Amino acid sequence: MIPSLLPLDVVLLVLLGWGTVAILSLALPARLALTLVFPAAMAGSALLTGAGLWGLYGDAHATLILPIGLPGMPFHLRMDALASFFVTLLGAAGMGIHTYAWGYFRTLAAEDRDGFVRLCFFYLIFLASMVAVVVADDAYIFMVSWESMALSSYFLVTTDHEIVAIRRAGFLYLLMAHLGAIALLLCFGLMQQGVGGDYSFASFRQTRLEGIKASEIFLLALLGFGAKAGLLPLHAWLPEAHPAAPSPVSALMSGLMLKMALYGMLRVLFDLLSTTALWWGVMMVVLGLMTALFGVLFAAVQYDIKRLLAYSSVENMGLILSGVGLTLLFHGAGKESVAALALAATLYHALNHAFFKGLLFLGAGSVLHATTERNMAKLGGLIRAMPWVAGFSLVGILSLAGLPPFNGFVSEWLLLQAYLLRPELPQPYLNMTLPLGAAVMALVGALAAYAMVKFYGIVFLGQARGMDLTEVHDAAPKERWGLGWMAAGCILLGLFPVTVIRLMDAVTQGLLGKTVGHTAAQNGWMWLTPVAPERASYSPLILLGGVLAMILLMVVVLRSWGVHGRSRRSAPWDCGYPWQTPRMQDSADGFGQPIKQIFEAFFGLTREIPSPQDAHPHYHSEVTDPLWKWCYVPLNQGVEWLSRGIGRLQQGRISTYLLFSFATLLILLALVSGGAMK
Amino acid sequence: MTAIPLAQQFLNLFAALLLLIAFAMLSQRRVLSLIRLFAWQGAILTLSIADSAWLTHQPHLYYSAVLTFVIKVLILPWLLHRLIRRLNVVWDVETLLNIPTTMLVGIVLVVFAFNLALPIAQLSNTILRNTLGIALASVLLSFMMMITRRKAVPQVIGFLALENGLFLAATSTTYGMPMVVELGVALDVLVGFFIFGIFFFQIRETFDSLDIRHMEKLKED
Repeated sequence: MIPSLLPLDVVLLVLLGWGTVAILSLALPARLALTLVFPAAMAGSALLTGAGLWGLYGDAHATLILPIGLPGMPFHLRMDALASFFVTLLGAAGMGIHTYAWGYFRTLAAEDRDGFVRLCFFYLIFLASMVAVVVADDAYIFMVSWESMALSSYFLVTTDHEIVAIRRAGFLYLLMAHLGAIALLLCFGLMQQGVGGDYSFASFRQTRLEGIKASEIFLLALLGFGAKAGLLPLHAWLPEAHPAAPSPVSALMSGLMLKMALYGMLRVLFDLLSTTALWWGVMMVVLGLMTALFGVLFAAVQYDIKRLLAYSSVENMGLILSGVGLTLLFHGAGKESVAALALAATLYHALNHAFFKGLLFLGAGSVLHATTERNMAKLGGLIRAMPWVAGFSLVGILSLAGLPPFNGFVSEWLLLQAYLLRPELPQPYLNMTLPLGAAVMALVGALAAYAMVKFYGIVFLGQARGMDLTEVHDAAPKERWGLGWMAAGCILLGLFPVTVIRLMDAVTQGLLGKTVGHTAAQNGWMWLTPVAPERASYSPLILLGGVLAMILLMVVVLRSWGVHGRSRRSAPWDCGYPWQTPRMQDSADGFGQPIKQIFEAFFGLTREIPSPQDAHPHYHSEVTDPLWKWCYVPLNQGVEWLSRGIGRLQQGRISTYLLFSFATLLILLALVSGGAMK
Repeated sequence: MTAIPLAQQFLNLFAALLLLIAFAMLSQRRVLSLIRLFAWQGAILTLSIADSAWLTHQPHLYYSAVLTFVIKVLILPWLLHRLIRRLNVVWDVETLLNIPTTMLVGIVLVVFAFNLALPIAQLSNTILRNTLGIALASVLLSFMMMITRRKAVPQVIGFLALENGLFLAATSTTYGMPMVVELGVALDVLVGFFIFGIFFFQIRETFDSLDIRHMEKLKED
């Protein structure tokens, strides 16, 4: 091993490699690009995973100054534990997505060479920008990478730009991304003002910003990163852009890119800003939980599979950001070890979400690819035609639903534990209200399970709803490997939580000065113990063993008692209606009906219910986002009103225009002379 | 009281004449007279630059003076003459504001300009500092003329006169700009003039008139 080689050098190598391949791919024929770009992405991801783990275990904070950038403003790179964690996440979860994409995009490569080559280029640029965001150590390269991440993903979203709806979704995404970027620019500008002249994170760290200014920075960061994370009410782009993109891109955006928002939040709140205020944490917890509840409710009533998953991403990002808020609350109260638990749970959930949401988007991609149908109402029974996809997706939905022993359970459980540790907080009101947060989390978890049952039950189980299943093929080998990698990730992250938690020790140590790994492992590596063994602990392996033993026992008992021999097979009761078709199965709309009824106040609901006399009844119901009506439409009207007012200035008369500039000149001159008098 | 050298007295005289011509242009209704006034203004500017060159022993100001003379006294008025003959527009100019009011506003502007120039003149140590106020005033007056005229040709003359005022301001505060800049500005004025000329023909072709009121129709509703 070369002694001077550091994790950061590996990351830089990967960035350079991806950049080179991206440019090269533009000149290559499609087949060659396909066999070059995706293996390069995979190899890079493998290196990143290695470098990230290495960075988490070693405690060397490597920094690097690149001689490029503006004169006098070189690019600073730095890889600390937080960056290492996110590099690991990008690498490990990216691995499966790239493998899948290698198989998935072969049809596009065969059909449309130019479109495919563009996709390859932006794919790699997108990956490289995400990595650059994480290792950036000054506001300048951070913003450059952040923007190139937004732009490259915009071009990926609009891969099928011939379709009007996709162009619209892309535009909305671009708009939100720019709003967020402006907020971030102002945020860094404010921080730089406190430093004077220097945009490097190192000098941001050294200054202490207090009071209103710190709060302004917090709000701007929340706006900027919240727009990327899909925080309420800035989530509007998410359910539009994710379904518009090709599925591996949706997986990348949902699994990886949304995590960049979390990274940015953590970087600004815990690393760059040295102060916190109580209300910051409260605000983030409340907004996060509202987002989570909102996302899951809308996920439960969608009938488009990718929109359902997109809303579920909103939900998960809400949970993650509420976790950040909780960490902030404990951190502000000086309870660093509880804060470390909350932070570890948040990071854990981010990692888990990258895996299971990536897996589900890829699974949805396979379904879409095989059936060209996104509407659940027309799918069904796919488990017979696509056993591999169905099997892997089952792992994904169980993880997302938060069922043990999969990974979703561990992180949500840890987060709940953190919520329940509120007696550590000195604030009595918070003490009383935080359990409500835990309750909301539980509700969200249950509703997520509901949405997942709907997703899986309607798409994979039952009978095909009018589709010829013999023409539907299962995923190709490369896609299976990709799905398998993600599923394996979900299972392993669920089975070995103590090992994963220990990985995060370096991050919590770096940001909060406390670790949870030691506490978590106090009962041995089998038992995850967040606080103390008498309070709560969880062993996924033993649980898995128990579940497997129970299943085995049931099988043995049933076999040996010969229940099968005595059981009688007959047709089920048909409600007195003998002509049944697969279209009479419970539909996506039907399944979501109870949620629509119970939470009607949350939805903008339009229904068309046919009259009983109608010979060709047509039922139609549309759920729209009420926030469009409450936030975006008034905003739009306000802007229009203002522009109309400004439009009134446009007389079309040259004299008037000249008068405007004349008056401006006079006023400016008067101001200048007033200044000179003093 | 120390006697002011004769050359400097002349300088002040020229500046005053420039301002006077600016006022005359503001009140002049006929296009032909406007052009003649513009030529006179150029001539006065030339004299003033030459005078300051002699006063400050700055040889490059002589080139500047020659350049001004050639462009502002010979070429531009000649081009303007040709233009109005080609366009056949020797009409009386209607103004948006009546002349007395324009003159009153002009006086207010001159007072404003002098007050504005006062602190700068105190800071400056060139001999020509007194002329800065006048230069500023003539810039503002020319601007004013552009605003109050309804036809396109007087507006262009106003624009050119504005440039004269700027030139005077430049020579009075800093002994003139570097030669390259001056050449560039001179060229700009010429090119600008040609572009205006082309626009005139286009405007007339489109609207059958050079009255810029017609351009209001271009506004989108």
